[in-house]
Amino acid sequence: MDTRTYRLLLGLAAATLLWPRLGQAQEEASSCVGCHAALSDDLLSAPVSELERDVHSDFGCVGCHGGDAQEFSMLAMDPARGYVGIPEPREVESLCGRCHSDAEFMKRFDPAFRVDQVTEYRTSVHGSRLASVNDQRVATCVGCHPAHSIKPPSDPSSSVHPLNVAETCGQCHADPDYMSPYAIPTDQHDRYMESIHWHMLSEEGDLSAPTCNDCHGNHGAAPPGVSWVGNVCGQCHMVMGELFAESFHSEIFTMLGRPGCATCHDNHRTVAAGDELLGLGEGAACAMCHTESSAGGAVASSMRSLIDSLTARYEAADSILAEAENVGLEVSEAQFGLGDARTALVSARTAVHSFSLEAVKEEVDAGLEVTAVAYASGEGALGEFLIRRLGLAISVALILALIAGLVLKIRKIEQA
Amino acid sequence: MGNLKQRFSGVWAWLDERLDLAAVRKIAEKKEVPVHRHTIWYYLGGMTLFLYLIQIATGILLLFYYRPSAEDAYESVQFLMSEVHFGWLFRSIHAWSANLMIFTAFLHLFSVLLLRSYRQPREISWISGVLLLGLAMAFGFTGYLLPWNELAYFATRVGTQIMEAVPFIGAYMATVLRGGDDVSGATLTRFYAIHVAVLPMLTTFLLGLHLFLVQKLGMSVPLDVEREGGAKAGMKFVPNFLLRDLVGWLTALAILAALAAYFPAHLGAKADPFAPAPAGIKPEWYFMFMFQTLKYLPAHILWLEGEVVGILGFMLAGVLLLIWPFIERGSGRGEPSRVFTWIVVGMIVYIIVVTYLGYAAEPMA
Repeated sequence: MDTRTYRLLLGLAAATLLWPRLGQAQEEASSCVGCHAALSDDLLSAPVSELERDVHSDFGCVGCHGGDAQEFSMLAMDPARGYVGIPEPREVESLCGRCHSDAEFMKRFDPAFRVDQVTEYRTSVHGSRLASVNDQRVATCVGCHPAHSIKPPSDPSSSVHPLNVAETCGQCHADPDYMSPYAIPTDQHDRYMESIHWHMLSEEGDLSAPTCNDCHGNHGAAPPGVSWVGNVCGQCHMVMGELFAESFHSEIFTMLGRPGCATCHDNHRTVAAGDELLGLGEGAACAMCHTESSAGGAVASSMRSLIDSLTARYEAADSILAEAENVGLEVSEAQFGLGDARTALVSARTAVHSFSLEAVKEEVDAGLEVTAVAYASGEGALGEFLIRRLGLAISVALILALIAGLVLKIRKIEQA
Repeated sequence: MGNLKQRFSGVWAWLDERLDLAAVRKIAEKKEVPVHRHTIWYYLGGMTLFLYLIQIATGILLLFYYRPSAEDAYESVQFLMSEVHFGWLFRSIHAWSANLMIFTAFLHLFSVLLLRSYRQPREISWISGVLLLGLAMAFGFTGYLLPWNELAYFATRVGTQIMEAVPFIGAYMATVLRGGDDVSGATLTRFYAIHVAVLPMLTTFLLGLHLFLVQKLGMSVPLDVEREGGAKAGMKFVPNFLLRDLVGWLTALAILAALAAYFPAHLGAKADPFAPAPAGIKPEWYFMFMFQTLKYLPAHILWLEGEVVGILGFMLAGVLLLIWPFIERGSGRGEPSRVFTWIVVGMIVYIIVVTYLGYAAEPMA
C-alpha cells in the first residue's frame, strides 16, 4: 500500500467517524462535502473549498460527478446512483455540453449565453486530435477552465480573463517539453509579451486589445490559414484589412504563401507600426522584397517621403501653436483645426495599405493644406504677441511719465 | 487759454447754481488726512476702490461679447480672446484686477484690525467693510465659472458640494444656487445673474454706506498714535492725498497692464460634464486656506463629520469677524490688547501658511 492510498483510507476512516456529528449539525449539507472536507489529501479535499468560489457552486458536486449527496456512506459514490467520478478527457466535452449546449437550459442563466462551445471545440485542433487520435494531452474544457474554480471571463482572477488568457494558453504552448511531440514553436507567448497588443492590454488597460483567443478563436482554437490572416486582423483593423484585400499585394502574398498582414507586421510579436516600416530604410518592411532599383521600391520611398513631409509640417504647426499658447495667446481654434491634419496623417498611413501612391498623396495634400493654415495662425499669433509687448512698453512709459508728473506736482504744492 | 478758463468758469457757475458744487468743494477742501507713521495704510481702501472701478469698466466691455449659456459661453470668450481687438486685454485685466482687488481688500481688513480702526464709533464702517470683502469673494466665485471651461466647472462643482455639507440648509442652498443637483447650464445663468446684477447692486449700496461713513467720521487715527497724543500733522485730502492716491492707482494700472501682457488669462478646454475631473483642481487662492483646512480635518470629530465641523467653524469665524468691534471693546476705551493683536497675527500667519501648503501639496486625483 503506497503512502497516498494509506492517507486516503485514513482520511476516509476519520471522515466516517466524524460524519454523524457533522451530519447532525448540517442536516441539509451534502455528503460529498462532509467527507471530502475532512480528507488529508489535498487532491481530494481542495475541490470542496475551491467550489465555493466556482460559478457552478449552486449545482454542487453531483452536478458533474453524479452520485447521491444525501447518502452518508460510501454508497453515495455508487455508479448505480449515477456516480461518474473523474471524467476521462474524451468525456469532458459531453459532460460540460450537457448544460452548455442546451440553449433552453442556458437561457435561464443568461439569454445571450452562447451554446456552441462544444461544436466549436470539435472543429479545433484540440478537439479534432482528441477525437481522431485520442490525444490525451490536448486541452479539453477543464484545461482552460480549471474544474472547481471556474469563474466568468469578466472576473480578473479567472483563467480566461483577457489579462490571463496568454498565461493560460502558455501553460502548454510555452512549455517546450510538453509541446515536443507536436513540433510547433513554443515562443509565441514570449513574443506576444513584446507586442503592442499585450502592451495595450496590460499597460494601457484596454481589455479589447487582442489576446490569443481573439485571433485563434477560443473553443475552436486553430492557427489562421495563410490566406485568411487578413480576415483575422481585419476584425479590428477594418479599413486597413479592406484596403489590403483589394490591393495587388494581397494576391501576390497569397501566391507566395506569405501570411498577409503578418508578412510586414509579424504575428505574435506585432510591434507598434511606425513610419519606419515604410520605405527602404533600416527596419522597413518593404525592403524585405523591394530594392531601390525596383518600381515597388520607388513607390515605397515616395510614400515614405510624402508621409514624412506631412509629419514634419504637422509638427512645425503644432509647435508654433504651442509656443503661442505658452505665451498666453488664444489659439485653441487653430489647434482644433490642426486636428484635421492629424486625421489626414492617419488616413495617409492607412492608405499605405492600398499600396497606391495616388491614394497616399491625396491624403497628404489635404493634410498639408491644413498645416499651412494652422502654421500661418501660429505666426500671426506670435506677431500679435510682439505687438502686445510693444503696446505694453508704450503704455508703461506713458504711465511712468504721468507718475513722474504727479510726483513733481505734489512736491510743488507741498513746497509752496 | 484765457478763453478756455473763462468757459470752464462759466460751466462751473452754471452747475454750481443748480447742484451747489461750492458746498462739495468746501467739504473736499476741509477734509484732512492725519499724518503719522501708519498713514501708508490709508491708501489701501482707495486702491481697492480703484481696482473695483476697473472691474466695472472691464466687466461692461466683456458683457458686450459674453453669452451666458452652456452652449455659447466658452465660444463667446474664445471669440473675445482671439478675434476681438483688445478683447484679451480686457479679460486679462478683469481677471488680474479681481485678484489684486481681493488681495488689497484683505490687506485693508488686516490693517484696520491691527490699527484698531474699527473701534467706536466706526463699528458700522467695519461691518460694511467685512461684508464688502465677502461680496468680493462671491464675485470671484461666481465669475470663475462664467468662461465655462474645464477647471472652472469642476472647481465650482467641488465648491458647491462643500456647501452641501452645511447642516440643515446646505443641500437646499446648493440646489438653489446650482439650479439643480449638479453644476449645469442653469448654474451658469444663475451665476451670471448674481455676478452682473445681484452682487453689483449689493456692493453699490454697501460701498456707498462705507464711503459715506469714511467721509462722515473721517480717517481713524490708530490707537497707539492716539495714546501718544494723536497725529501731529494733517494732510489735505484734496489735492495732496488724492494726488498720492493717483500715483498708487497709476502704478497699479502699470502692474495690471504688465500682468495682462505677460500672463494673460488662459481659457483652457471647454467644460465637459461627462469627462472625468482633471487632476489638481484647486479653488482660487483666496479660498485655498479654507479648502486646505477641510482637507486636513479628520473624517469625524466627535459625532460630527470633519467637513461639517470645518464649515461650521469657518461660518462661526465669519460671524465673529463681523461682530469683532463688539467683542474687542477695550480699544474703544483706549485700552490696547496684546491678546487680540496676537489673534490677528495668528490669523494672518495661518492663512499664509495653509494657502502655501495648498499650492505645495500634491495635486488631487
